[in-house]
Amino acid sequence: MSPSTESSSIDWEYAPAPESEAIGRVKDRYLPFIDGKFIEGGGDDLVTVNPGRDEPLSTVSTVDEADLDNAVRAARRAYDGPWSKLSGAERGKYLFRIARGVAERSRELAVLESLDNGKPIKETRDFDIPTVAQHFFYHAGWADKLGHLGFGPDPRPLGVAGQVIPWNFPLLMAAWKIAPALAAGNTVVIKPAETTPLSALVLAEIIADADLPPGVVNVVTGAGDIGAALVRHPGLDKVAFTGSTAVGKQIQRTLAGTGRRLTLELGGKGANIVFADAAIDQAVEGIVNGIFFNSGQVCCAGSRLLVQEPIAEELITRLIERTETLRVGDPLDKNTDVGAINSRDQWNKITELTDAGIDEGAQVWRSSCPLPDKGFFVSPTIFTGATQTMRIAREEIFGPVLSVITFRTPDEALAKANNTPYGLSAGVWTEKGSRAMAMAARLQAGVIWDNTWNKFDPAAPFGGYQESGFGREGGPAGLAGYLDTDDEAVIK
Amino acid sequence: MPETAINAAGPAFGDVVADEGRLRHFLDGLPGVDPVALEQRAASLATRSIKKQSKLTAIDLATSMVDLTTLEGADTPGKVRNLIRKGLLPDPERPDTPPVAAVCIYPDLVPVAAAALAEAGTTRRIKIASVATAFPSGRAALEVKIADVRSAVQAGADEIDMVIDRGAFLAGQYGKVYDEIVEIKDAAGPARLKVILETGELATYDNVRKASWLALLAGGDFIKTSTGKVSPAATLPVTHVMLQAVRDWKRLTGQQRAVKPAGGIRTAKDAIRYLVAVREVAGPEWLDAYWFRFGASSLLNDLIMQRRTQLEGHYWGGDYVTVD
Repeated sequence: MSPSTESSSIDWEYAPAPESEAIGRVKDRYLPFIDGKFIEGGGDDLVTVNPGRDEPLSTVSTVDEADLDNAVRAARRAYDGPWSKLSGAERGKYLFRIARGVAERSRELAVLESLDNGKPIKETRDFDIPTVAQHFFYHAGWADKLGHLGFGPDPRPLGVAGQVIPWNFPLLMAAWKIAPALAAGNTVVIKPAETTPLSALVLAEIIADADLPPGVVNVVTGAGDIGAALVRHPGLDKVAFTGSTAVGKQIQRTLAGTGRRLTLELGGKGANIVFADAAIDQAVEGIVNGIFFNSGQVCCAGSRLLVQEPIAEELITRLIERTETLRVGDPLDKNTDVGAINSRDQWNKITELTDAGIDEGAQVWRSSCPLPDKGFFVSPTIFTGATQTMRIAREEIFGPVLSVITFRTPDEALAKANNTPYGLSAGVWTEKGSRAMAMAARLQAGVIWDNTWNKFDPAAPFGGYQESGFGREGGPAGLAGYLDTDDEAVIK
Repeated sequence: MPETAINAAGPAFGDVVADEGRLRHFLDGLPGVDPVALEQRAASLATRSIKKQSKLTAIDLATSMVDLTTLEGADTPGKVRNLIRKGLLPDPERPDTPPVAAVCIYPDLVPVAAAALAEAGTTRRIKIASVATAFPSGRAALEVKIADVRSAVQAGADEIDMVIDRGAFLAGQYGKVYDEIVEIKDAAGPARLKVILETGELATYDNVRKASWLALLAGGDFIKTSTGKVSPAATLPVTHVMLQAVRDWKRLTGQQRAVKPAGGIRTAKDAIRYLVAVREVAGPEWLDAYWFRFGASSLLNDLIMQRRTQLEGHYWGGDYVTVD
């Protein structure tokens, strides 16, 4: 009896399991939501593309400056009128209703988000949409307890908040922005990204169904020019932006001296630091999760891997083997681990930076997983032999591209990890608790994960240092960004 | 330590088993296991979609990997004969259903099984696996365990399922556990040795990894999760750790070793989740009854029912398959 005569391992492939597109209930045309109504916008229609197939998905009516003005006025009326006079408990009820609405339509939203964004259904279904509902539930709970936040007994809302959100987590970012603003008693004009407006407009339906007073939440659609017009609108009391560092800087210039509150959540180049004593298989999981989750289109992606030299070779071997098992393809297939890149522009940018890494002399490895013929897909890519001077180690690629750098001592790891204009996220992998704590204390990043990555909770504040922005979202610190108080803050 | 030990470990690890101190040093130096990420990965792999042809392939593969097991004090020769017949021809109405890999029984019933297999006289052949070494507690003198193994092999067992001394393991006496596995391997002769770690009693994933390596170093042909008498028995995360161990062992030594989760795997759906783990954690070369087994008693019936469902498009229910 020997394996050579008895064994013949089989080629066993999984069955395709695409979710039905019909569940997403995609309409031919979507309208902006202003003053409690879906209205025809004055701007040109824009076509939103399904990045998984590079096909038009739907058209969206966009707003012009007059519509924007109406939206801000509606938000002001709603603020002055019913909303700011409601008790916290009443506001909480509305938020709970929105949360339940999201949960009830979660399957539809998951499919819609996957179609519009290109991310795999398992991420929208298992992460994005449940977290959206959690954010509304969590903030609903705070609405009547603002006096216990540590900002004095009676903190006040700011007024009208203008919010501009990105395309990488379209609905989740909308929830991150809308839920705390409403819980604190503000009203909202929010602009989703040009390439992913649909789920925010379905959220507007849910909000309308929850019977929120007209104007409390307004969803305006359009491209960057509309976003720019919104953030400079004089009718706002607060601006919250999540997106690129370049745009964040412009917004900060625009708002300088106006007295309006601003929070910015911008780019990142997160360092994932793996010490030689780490739980190696789980470190590999964390690295994969850190850079290939949502195809790396995550501002807190662990796009720089810092590995201690003694295990560098072994870790990279394991990482490549593991990455090779990732299934890239149809975002609606529940077997898909890595979906599409959100747009052709983004695909071009990733390709350009990857080419730059090759030109600069880093060794490139790409997954052999076959890519679909149509749509914007990038193979999971790992650069070894990257150095701190290379563009791939410095610039935010915002794609499934990891650069690997080695280090010898904790100080060297810290120096390299902090040697970035950004500071959004970092991670430390070690079995030694004291080392993890010592590193966390000295890493300059808003979020430090210990032996894990991409863990989010509505109760946990999220935000950055340096060019990754300022202000926090989530938890009491996130609510602070939407409140004013005469008392000195206890927590900030 | 016996000469065979060092041979079993192979040149890559020749000296780590030379004495208790070095062995402990080596096992303690293995990378830790972080439960959060391990369980997260196990859960995410459990959602792979297996349908239609892919499911049928998986069901037949799982069927061919079953160690059809009866380990009751009340086992009778008749029950064992039935088990053999069932293992050879799991679904008489669908003779294309593959036979199981083995029956797994107590040593005193091995002669019955051997005779029943000889009588059956079909071209199909299944192995006889026997749980020896004072199964399930393992609490007996080494001589008794060795005698138990020898008698089972002499009576015709092709495979021996041994239990490790968990008491010694938890007390940190790794050398004792190691020596015992080496001796049992020696006593088992040509039979393949499955080393039962009883992971439910080892309490941590770190211990599961250490025990897996200990068994591999000592020459175990299989590492097996559980006796089925302790809860929890096999779990997906524990099996992940064991699959990682055999994968790493192969990478370092070139030798391939097998894995057997046992206990608590009752449905085709469960079994398929394990197959996905085999494919994605260890690699497709383990997708074979020589390298992967399920220790189970009731799993086979669900596999048969699900197989018929796949082929006939409707579900018949438990009364249409035999209960023994």
